Amino acid sequence: MVVRINGKSEEIQGTTVLDLLKAKNIDPHMVAVELNDKMLERDHLATTAVKEGDQLEFLFYMGGGR
Amino acid sequence: MDFTDEQITRYSRHILLPEVGGKGQKKLAKARLLIVGAGGLGSPAALYLAAAGVGTLGLIDSDAVDLSNLQRQIIHHTPDLGRSKVLSAKEKIRALNPDVNVVTYEDRLLARNALELVRGYDVVIDGVDNFPAKFLINDACYFAEKPLVHGGILRFDGRVTTILPKKSACYRCVFRNPPPPGLVASCQEAGVIGVLAGIIGTIQATEALKLVLGIGRPLTDRMLDFDARRTAFREIKTRRNPNCPLCGDHPTITELVDHEETECAVKVTSDIS
Ligand SMILES: [Zn+2]
Repeated sequence: MVVRINGKSEEIQGTTVLDLLKAKNIDPHMVAVELNDKMLERDHLATTAVKEGDQLEFLFYMGGGR
Repeated sequence: MDFTDEQITRYSRHILLPEVGGKGQKKLAKARLLIVGAGGLGSPAALYLAAAGVGTLGLIDSDAVDLSNLQRQIIHHTPDLGRSKVLSAKEKIRALNPDVNVVTYEDRLLARNALELVRGYDVVIDGVDNFPAKFLINDACYFAEKPLVHGGILRFDGRVTTILPKKSACYRCVFRNPPPPGLVASCQEAGVIGVLAGIIGTIQATEALKLVLGIGRPLTDRMLDFDARRTAFREIKTRRNPNCPLCGDHPTITELVDHEETECAVKVTSDIS
């Protein structure tokens, strides 16, 4: 199925958000995940299925400034 | 308060703008802006806000100017090495525009002083380099109900967002808590392309000016991410999160807390070896 991740269309296998993060080698503690413009609680990553046409945003922490 | 002929000439390119005019310029002259961190983001923000004729600029930073700062912290110059950052910055601001009243705090922003400090200003600009301070600023601005212009830079990426407490998404609506220590590089040991500080810091200054003038549409409920490698901006929509521990329906954070410093330097060193 096709989903949009950070604005780009991607073909992925049916999976949960957590599996998708794992497949991309992203530690779930390093990102905030937005699914269709709503924040996903970290506890729900493993139980939330990704569906055709979903829009996902992986927001990484950006801490610098000095 | 009336402007002198000299001031009218100095601010003429503002006054010519119908959205600013003499009225807007007077708003700027009365404004009190706090810049937390007189470093990469704070440097361009402070200089442009000073040039714009902001009446009072507060600067808080406990550091001294280090040689490794000069690649991006353009308010500090080579002869300033070893000097207090807030004093070095104050000198440049006063040289640029003597109209500006600069209030310096040679201190760190902590739970014990944050709320009182923030309360004395109209808008706060986040120019700090670590997560505990970024979360603390977010929380202090929420409790004091002060607009906050958040900024962050790392490597080739930058981010800006404006937060109007109780009206738009806060930093914790998106990032609930600071990342676990050691996991995310948060300080300059990870490296940053120097000009990013200018790009993000001047957007922060733009947002602060707009808030003071009451013009345009603030960068609220969206994060503006900039990728210097591709020279591309991307906007990510955000919204108030009912589960936010600070501004949500059932808040668990009811007072300021000092989060522990993350040990990014250690982590980055171990990555290289
Ligand atoms: Zn919030």
